[in-house]
Amino acid sequence: MALLQISEPGQSPEPHGHRLAVGIDLGTTNSLVAAVRSGIAVVLNGHDGHALLPSIVRYMRDGRTVVGREAEAELARDPRNTIVSVKRFMGRGLKDVAHAENSPYDFLDSPGMVQIRTVAGVKSPVEVSAEILKVLRARAEEALLGGAGGELAGAVITVPAYFDDAQRQATKDAGKLAGLNVLRLLNEPTAAAIAYGLENAAEGIYAVYDLGGGTFDISILKLSKGVFEVMATNGDATLGGDDFDQRLFCWVAERAKLAPLCAEDTRLLLTKSRVAKEFLTSSAEARISASLTSGETVDVTVTQREFQDMTRHLVAKTLGPTRKALRDAGLDWSEVKGVVMVGGATRMPHVQQMIAQLFGQTPLNNLDPDKVVALGAAIQANVLAGNRASGDDWLLLDVIPLSLGIETMGGLVEKVIPRNSTIPVARAQEFTTYKDGQTAMSIHVVQGERELVSDCRSLARFELRGIPPMVAGAARIRVTFQVDADGLLSVSARESATGVEAAIAVKPSYGLTDEQITQMLRDSFDHAREDVHLRALKEQQVEGGRMLEATEAALREDADLLSAEELAALRAELEALRKTLSCTDHRTIKSAVERVNRATEAFAGRRMDRSIKRALAGRKVESF
Amino acid sequence: MNLNQNHFELFGLPARFDVDPAQLDTRYRELQREVHPDRFAAAPDAERRVSMQLATRVNEAYQTLKSPLKRAVYILQLRGVDPKLETNTAMPSEFLMEQISWRERIEAGSEEPEALLRLQAGLRDESRKIYETLHGQLDERRDDEAASQTARMLMFYEKLDEEIGDKLAELET
Repeated sequence: MALLQISEPGQSPEPHGHRLAVGIDLGTTNSLVAAVRSGIAVVLNGHDGHALLPSIVRYMRDGRTVVGREAEAELARDPRNTIVSVKRFMGRGLKDVAHAENSPYDFLDSPGMVQIRTVAGVKSPVEVSAEILKVLRARAEEALLGGAGGELAGAVITVPAYFDDAQRQATKDAGKLAGLNVLRLLNEPTAAAIAYGLENAAEGIYAVYDLGGGTFDISILKLSKGVFEVMATNGDATLGGDDFDQRLFCWVAERAKLAPLCAEDTRLLLTKSRVAKEFLTSSAEARISASLTSGETVDVTVTQREFQDMTRHLVAKTLGPTRKALRDAGLDWSEVKGVVMVGGATRMPHVQQMIAQLFGQTPLNNLDPDKVVALGAAIQANVLAGNRASGDDWLLLDVIPLSLGIETMGGLVEKVIPRNSTIPVARAQEFTTYKDGQTAMSIHVVQGERELVSDCRSLARFELRGIPPMVAGAARIRVTFQVDADGLLSVSARESATGVEAAIAVKPSYGLTDEQITQMLRDSFDHAREDVHLRALKEQQVEGGRMLEATEAALREDADLLSAEELAALRAELEALRKTLSCTDHRTIKSAVERVNRATEAFAGRRMDRSIKRALAGRKVESF
Repeated sequence: MNLNQNHFELFGLPARFDVDPAQLDTRYRELQREVHPDRFAAAPDAERRVSMQLATRVNEAYQTLKSPLKRAVYILQLRGVDPKLETNTAMPSEFLMEQISWRERIEAGSEEPEALLRLQAGLRDESRKIYETLHGQLDERRDDEAASQTARMLMFYEKLDEEIGDKLAELET
C-alpha cells in the first residue's frame, strides 16, 4: 500500500481549510516527523534527503546548536557537548541514569531532573529534546506550508508506553518549548498499531513488540470494528538497542585488552560497535577497526554467533514483561493473532527468533520498523486536528502503564489507580487526620508496582493546609487523582466535613512550571532574535481563530440547545472575539477567548448530552 | 449527560446482575465514540473539559459493570444495602476451611507456574458458580442479605486469584 510514500520537501501545501498537523516520533536514536497529505500518511524528509534525524544535539561555544547528522559527525571529537540518547534522561534524576560514571557528560544533579553542563551553559534534557523538535517543526512547516508562513495546527508526539508520569510531562514540556501545540502524547506501540491496523484492516488481538534505541514496550491490543483498545501494556524504559552497542563495546575493549578509555575513544568505539551490530543483522561477521587517540589501534572481528551469545540476556529481559502484559490482558498465547515488530532493534535476527518462539508464530515485519510509529502518530494528529474524514471513524482507547498510589504509614504504598486502567480515569480517596487539632497533612504521590514507597517513583509531595482544627479522625479530606488522555496526572484535594474547602491543584514537583517554560521560551527567542510579543500575538490569534471556528461549527449543529437569550449572548462574545483578532495586544485576545470559553460551558455540556442520547438510540453521528 | 444517572441508566441497560458482556462492550464503545477526548482535541476548552469528565465517567461505569464483584456491590448499593465487604468478616467455618486449603495449595505450588495456572483455573470455575448464585439472589429472589454474603465470598476468591497472579509475576522476574 501507499502508506510508506516519502514526500519531497517543499511540495505544494494542502488545499485550504485542511488543518495541518504532524506526528513526531521523538526517538532515543532517531527522530522523525510525518503528516497526512491527500489522505495518505507520509514521512517528511529533511534537506539531506533523509527521513531519520539522528537524535543528537551539539552545543557550541558561540551558543549555536547543531542537530542531527551534522552533530553526529562531531560526536567523537566533541563528546562532552554532543548529547546523544537524551531520551534516557527525560524526567530522570542522576541516580536513575545508568552508567552515568561511564558517560562523557558533565551531569549536574538538580531537583527532579538531571542536567548537563555544556560549553553553552547548563541544559536540561527537556531543552535538548526541544532542539530536536524545533528542527522537525521547521522541516514540517517548510514541507507543508511551503515556507509561506502560517502555523501548524498541532502535533502528536509519541512516547514509550512504559514512560511514567515524569517522563511524559518532560516530553510534553519539550514540545511546548519547541513552540508546538501538543495535541496528544501517544504511546509508541499504539501509534504502530494504528498504522498497521488501518492499513491491513486488521481485526482481533495483536501484540506490538517495540524495541527501540533506549526503551522497550509490549502492548496487547484488541482491534474490533474500528476500535483500538489497549488491553495491557508493559515494558522496560531502560532497555534498548543502545544496550546492545554497550555490550559489544565492552566485549571489544576486553578482546583488544584496552586500558580505560577517554571520552573521545569511548564514543568512537561505541559508534563503531553500533555500525557492526547493524551489519551483523545480515552478515555472518563484522570487523571493528579504529585508531585511538592513545595511539593504540583496535582490529577485532566479531561473528554473528558471538554477538548473539553476548546479548542474548538482553533479549531475554523482554520476555518477562511480554508474559506479564499477556496475563494482565487475561489472554493466552493462542489468542494472539499477530505480533507487530516495531523499532530498529527488532531487525536483529535473534530478537526475531526469540519472539517467534515465545508466541509460536512468525512476527509481522511488513511495515518499516523505523517509520511506523511516526506514521501512526501522523494519522492520529490529522484526526485530532479536526480533519476526520468519513473513513476515520475509528476510536483509540489507551491505558496507564504503571499504578498510581500514595504513601501510607510505614512507607507502604496504597494503590489508587491500578496499572492498565483505561484513560482518562479518576479516583477519589478519603483521608483523615490522626491528631486532635491537626490543620495540615502531607500527601506523597508515587508511581510503580512495588509495595514499598522507596521502590516506586516519587511523583509529587504536597501539603494540604488550612484543615479546620477538629478531633482526630473527624476531618474528611478527599483527594482526587485524574489521569487525562495523555496519561498525565493531576491531583486535587479538599476538606469536605465542614464545608471548608482547601482545594488545590498540584503541579508535580519534577515538572516545569508554566513560568519556567515561558522563561525558557523567552531565552531561546532572545537568542534567535525573534520577537516574543509577536510570537505571543500570533499564538493568540491562532487560538482565537480556532475558538471561533469550533464554536461556530458547534452552533451550526446544535444552536437549538440554547435559548434565544443565551444564543444572543454567545454570538455577542463571538463577535467581540472576532474584533479583537486584528488588534496588536495578545492579552486582549486572550481575555476574549476566555470569555467565549465561559460562555460556552453550559452549551458544551448540553451538546454532549445530546450526542449520548443519539448514541444510546443507536444512531451514528458522523459529523462530530 | 445527567450526572444523577446511575451506571446502568448511562449504559441503557436494566439494573440486573446478569449482564450481556457483548452488549455492555458495544454500549461502552458507542458512548466513548461520542465523548472521548480524541473527538474534542480541536474543540474549545470548555468542551475539552466536559469531554474528559464524561469519558472518565463512562470508563468508571464500564469498569464497575464489567467486574462481577463490583457489579454485585453496585447493585446492592443502589438498593440501599451496604454489603460490608471490608468490615463483616463473619464467614461460615466451612468456607474459611476451604480458604485455608486454597492458600496451602497456592503456597505449595508457588514455585511452579503450571501448578499455579491449574489452581487459577480451578478458582475461576468456583467463581463462575458464585456468579450463578448471585444471579439468583440479586435478579430473581432479590435476597439482598444473602447476596451480600455471597459477594463477600467472591471477594475472597478474587483475592486468591490476585495472589496467584502476583506469584506468577514474581516467577517471571
